[in-house]
Amino acid sequence: MKYETQKIALAYFAVAMALFAIQVSAGLLAGWVYVSPNTLSELLPFNIIRMLHSNSLVVWLITGFMGAAYFLIPEESEREIHSPTLAYLQLLILVVGTLGAVVTYVFDLFHGHWLLGMEGREFIEQPVWVKVGIVVAALIFLYNVTMTVLAGKKTAITNILLLGLWGLALLFLFSFYNPGNLSLDKQFWWYIVHLWVEGVWELIMASILAYLMLKLTGVDREVVEKWLYVIVALALFSGILGTGHHYYWIGTPGYWQWIGSIFSSLEVVPFFAMMAFAFVMVWKGRRDHPNKAALLWSLGCATLAFFGAGVWGFLHTLHGVNYYTHGTQITAAHGHLAFYGAYVSLNLAIFTYAMPILLNRDPYNQVLNMGSFWLMSGGVVFMTFALTFAGTVQTHLQRVLGENFMDVQDQLAIFYWMRFGAGIAVVLGALLFIYAVAVPRKEIIEPGAAETPAE
Amino acid sequence: MSDAASGSALDDLPGELLMWVLIVSELLVFGAGLVAFMAVRLTDPAGFAAAQDHLFRAGAALNTMVLVSSGFLAAQALRWREAGARGAARWALVAAAALGVVFLIIKGAEYAAKSADGIGWDTHAFFTFYYLLTGFHAAHVVAGVVLLMLVAWRDAVANIQAVAMFWHMVDLVWVLLYPVIYLLA
Repeated sequence: MKYETQKIALAYFAVAMALFAIQVSAGLLAGWVYVSPNTLSELLPFNIIRMLHSNSLVVWLITGFMGAAYFLIPEESEREIHSPTLAYLQLLILVVGTLGAVVTYVFDLFHGHWLLGMEGREFIEQPVWVKVGIVVAALIFLYNVTMTVLAGKKTAITNILLLGLWGLALLFLFSFYNPGNLSLDKQFWWYIVHLWVEGVWELIMASILAYLMLKLTGVDREVVEKWLYVIVALALFSGILGTGHHYYWIGTPGYWQWIGSIFSSLEVVPFFAMMAFAFVMVWKGRRDHPNKAALLWSLGCATLAFFGAGVWGFLHTLHGVNYYTHGTQITAAHGHLAFYGAYVSLNLAIFTYAMPILLNRDPYNQVLNMGSFWLMSGGVVFMTFALTFAGTVQTHLQRVLGENFMDVQDQLAIFYWMRFGAGIAVVLGALLFIYAVAVPRKEIIEPGAAETPAE
Repeated sequence: MSDAASGSALDDLPGELLMWVLIVSELLVFGAGLVAFMAVRLTDPAGFAAAQDHLFRAGAALNTMVLVSSGFLAAQALRWREAGARGAARWALVAAAALGVVFLIIKGAEYAAKSADGIGWDTHAFFTFYYLLTGFHAAHVVAGVVLLMLVAWRDAVANIQAVAMFWHMVDLVWVLLYPVIYLLA
């Protein structure tokens, strides 16, 4: 660790991993409800479990991004973080807000209250006071990292990272605008949900991936930067108007069907470029970095993001296809592999790279960590296939043959069982990962013994 | 060996790499739009032909000449600027931008006439594509006019080259749109 304030990242990563554990546990519980629908139906209804699963995902990913920013910006800018106190204050606000939101959801406190009650809009259902807290925390964060970058060296990586983080925060402001018209509500709602994951988050992803490639492969910065700019240009070109693929059936004008189909088809290109980038860098790189697990996560991230976000996204993005598949398990299959590949793996890659440095250790538990990669990735990929088959069957029975929704659900039970099994693998993988990066190896080799040359 | 090959391929590319990325992306988008147009046309050839008869073909032909002349001026501006004739290059860029405005005026008159006839984007599938493709193209012409004026002011060779590349892409797209939308019988 070259800069003292990089240590801030440790607290962020710890919170992120705790939420990660909660997220996958909630997911497993939700997967169980699919096979045994009455589980906890009074105490913790499915919609609340699902909300916990998706909201904690988003929160831990963003917490991880912020931690990554606090970790890599000092090194890139060659400056200490502007104010560590503010950074910890920001984290405190986020944690209090998250807990407040969870408690409000679970017990449905202050039902209908404009400030304290939950708002009931999927993913942005946080009570208004939590939203304000998120904005305050985001402002503190942006102030803190921007001041650091402005005072220090500006690199392509920090520029793109800041662009992504500013975009993330500014787009969240749409969550305060809640038009009475449901079509307009959804139209603006996607400004957050879509322009995050298929816009500015891709910038964050590309810059963190570029940083990892720079460190792990030792390829020249110039080469990395050229790729980074091309990837960012492709992501924004396709992603912004690609929002149109959410406007097919919500009451927006019909021309969105063509705008959405054409632009979102191109969204696969930046993900392909990121995968090509990662592999070309490793292939060109001369450095033999000891943290093999971080390299595995980085390559896994780029590959699974290409398949999850790119290929599985394209699978149902054309409006002629989406007319049949909309809102079926196909969407769930895409959602799981895309989020896992692009953003979960990216966070786990930077955690794997940064944790040994933050804890001032050698990269211990490489094999355990890589085992967790294969267990988790295998689980999510299996889940994706199970849900894809479920979605295909569902589309045919429900949308083509016109069978009743619940009758079709009964026929999908086998796939839901397989998904639950895959979920167990993912949860075990997640716990294994957390153990591997958090707990040092027990058998520490004595310094004297290590220095003795082998015969 | 492969390192050198992949490095040199990009180094040999004239102009700004990101502009080429943009040009290829734009061509993909318009290309996909035209393919979709042709595909939907297959489902209703008679309807498409009837709708096409509402278009003002002579105006579009005039616009083709206007835009290609403008592209010529932009290319000429780059040559003049490279030869050190900054004044001539600036005037050529301003003239190219002015022709871009002429294109937009003719296009605007065309849209106004359609509107007066009660034709909108949802009148027929043909017009959905007509408005999407030519409208999206016209938005690029607007951007091109702004950029041409910008580099007439900030006239570094690299700037003029980048904008001339963009402007030729706008030309090329029109030359692809014009026959398919206006003429194809």
